[in-house]
Amino acid sequence: MTAILEVKHLVKQYGKNRAVDGISFAIEAGTCFGLLGPNGAGKTTTIEMIEKVIVPDGGEILYKGRPRSSGFLEEVGIQFQETELLAFLTVRETLHTFGRLYQNAMDVDEAMALCDLTEVASQQNDNISGGQRQRLWLALALINQPDLLFLDEPSTGLDPNARLDLWQVIDTIKQQGRTIVLTTHYMEEAEKLCDEIAIMHKGRIIARDTPKKLISTYFNGITVTLPVDGLTKDMEKQYTVRRKTDGHMEIETNDANACLARLMDSGVDLTDISIRTPNLEDVFIHLTGKRLSPNSGQGPDQNKKKV
Amino acid sequence: MFERFWVMFIARNREFFRDRAGFGWNILFPFLLVAGFGVIFGAKEPSLYKIGVYPVSGPAPAIHHLDLPARFLHTRYLKFVGFQNLEAGMDKLRHHRIDFLVRAGQPPYPFWVSDTNPKGYLVERIFKASLVNDRDTADAVIKKQIQGRNIRYIDWLFPGILGMNMMFSALWGVGYVVVRYRKTGVLKRLMVTPLTAFEYLSAQLVSRLFIMIFSVCVVWIGCNLIFRFQVHGSYVSLFVIFLAGSLALSALGLLLASRGTSEEFVSGVLNFIAWPMMFLSEVWFSLEGAPAWVKAVARLFPLTHLLKAVRRIMNDGATLIDVGPELIILLLFAGVFLTVGAILFSWNR
Ligand SMILES: Nc1ncnc2c1ncn2[C@@H]1O[C@H](COP(=O)(O)OP(=O)(O)OP(=O)(O)O)[C@@H](O)[C@H]1O
Ligand SMILES: [Mg+2]
Repeated sequence: MTAILEVKHLVKQYGKNRAVDGISFAIEAGTCFGLLGPNGAGKTTTIEMIEKVIVPDGGEILYKGRPRSSGFLEEVGIQFQETELLAFLTVRETLHTFGRLYQNAMDVDEAMALCDLTEVASQQNDNISGGQRQRLWLALALINQPDLLFLDEPSTGLDPNARLDLWQVIDTIKQQGRTIVLTTHYMEEAEKLCDEIAIMHKGRIIARDTPKKLISTYFNGITVTLPVDGLTKDMEKQYTVRRKTDGHMEIETNDANACLARLMDSGVDLTDISIRTPNLEDVFIHLTGKRLSPNSGQGPDQNKKKV
Repeated sequence: MFERFWVMFIARNREFFRDRAGFGWNILFPFLLVAGFGVIFGAKEPSLYKIGVYPVSGPAPAIHHLDLPARFLHTRYLKFVGFQNLEAGMDKLRHHRIDFLVRAGQPPYPFWVSDTNPKGYLVERIFKASLVNDRDTADAVIKKQIQGRNIRYIDWLFPGILGMNMMFSALWGVGYVVVRYRKTGVLKRLMVTPLTAFEYLSAQLVSRLFIMIFSVCVVWIGCNLIFRFQVHGSYVSLFVIFLAGSLALSALGLLLASRGTSEEFVSGVLNFIAWPMMFLSEVWFSLEGAPAWVKAVARLFPLTHLLKAVRRIMNDGATLIDVGPELIILLLFAGVFLTVGAILFSWNR
């Protein structure tokens, strides 16, 4: 196992608030590592310490097995959560300017094609749309052909199609064998892109595994959701039941057939019932007690089947 | 390394020249100032004292219509303002809009002065003296006129205005921009590239030098078309001094912007430095006769030394060797400001 990045007992203290509380992890070269967690969990603080933006209060950071040298910044690409850009430059000039700061820069046209910026190439970098801006930031992170790429919430503010396009780009980058560290609030995104996921909560990593294993560790079987009034006392004794605020409840079961048969026996109206396999969102809420984004997990979801 | 410096230099220049409003203002402002002062002071002799006269019908009476001693009326640097009656004149006198109020007609002439206005006191003396015959004083004094160059006020004022403009351009063009970029995260983005603080700062500095020298040349050439400045020294010496002055002022801008993310705060600091510097560096008036401590404070400002050198070259024909002390002081200022600024510099705090 070759870890491109290794973090040991990293600590950051802001006054009384311990933003990052002694976390350790290693990332294998060529994988995509997802850092999830509710707002204020310490994700940005963690990756900014790795990026040399913030000085840690304790711990060790190893890049390719050694402390980060001066060449580190030549080899990493970084997209921040929110920064502005040099004023009065066009998109092309911005990329060109940043490219020339590196020894091993990518061709500007190629970068623009990759991130779908060719259309706005000669527009000023401050009057393009939010989504285009997000793509420009991604292109800037890629301009030095980095071995290690940090993306802090890259899909925030993108429309669903743009998000799909972004996933495509990240997939391409993964295929080129680059390592990616990604934070996101979209569980679907993490499930789709990340080989490994760490869930942070209050400065600590509380769970860490592949998306599949995380789900199977905390949930087995399927979840059946039905209106509260449909349930008998008898059923309530047999299954783990969670009441939800919207007048529904969830039953967890390993045997879908048996469970459904029982429900039918007790005369529950099946029109309003749904069955789904648990996803990362369930794990997240289970672990952190918070729902990440208001819309993910609701609405049309691939894992959710109407019966 | 040079490549990275150069890229930042070009980016900053582009930003300046593309920011039409800012660019226009940088050129237009000193031009307007010089032109304005040229019109006010350049065209005719300035009047130093304002004399109210009543009863007169029009506000700007012709001198030969006033019924006052001719020798008073023909004294230079006096301006006569007419009033219909005493009340109108008194009101202006009370508000220091005029220095002296007198009734035209036959002697004795009643006149009014305000005892809080030093000019009124002087006009009173002038008025009384004009009533006495010249022959009585001729034996007591000997008049000798100064021979030599006559330095027009505009030739003295122009370097001051140019210098003041350079100061504002340096402090705000470097200081404010760097702080704004720190606040909006642009510096943070640059921080995680191989760009070093030294490369970034020197690019800002050199770019500002280039822009300032460019504006000085444009404004100089433009104003020269109107006023035909008399330059007694060499243009090369002027150029060298302006370069050293720009360097010192821009370095001061970098120093003031080395920390902090609040535009309001840095703006306050810049004003706090710029205004005293403007008044104490002899931009508008000479500090001759000012208390010693004021002169000592003035010497702490680079602009003082810049203006002193420029005026000596322009007005007195001094050479670079003559202004050597000023040149060295300016370079020392630049060195100290830069070193301290670079040590204190932070990309994101
Ligand atoms: N400069 C700072 N000074 C003081 N406290 C800070 C500072 N930066 C972050 N914090 C605190 O540290 C904690 C972690 O913040 P961080 O930005 O790392 O969260 P995050 O996981 O990235 O959240 P989000 O999902 O909202 O981006 C928060 O409680 C935050 O208030
Ligand atoms: Mg964050």
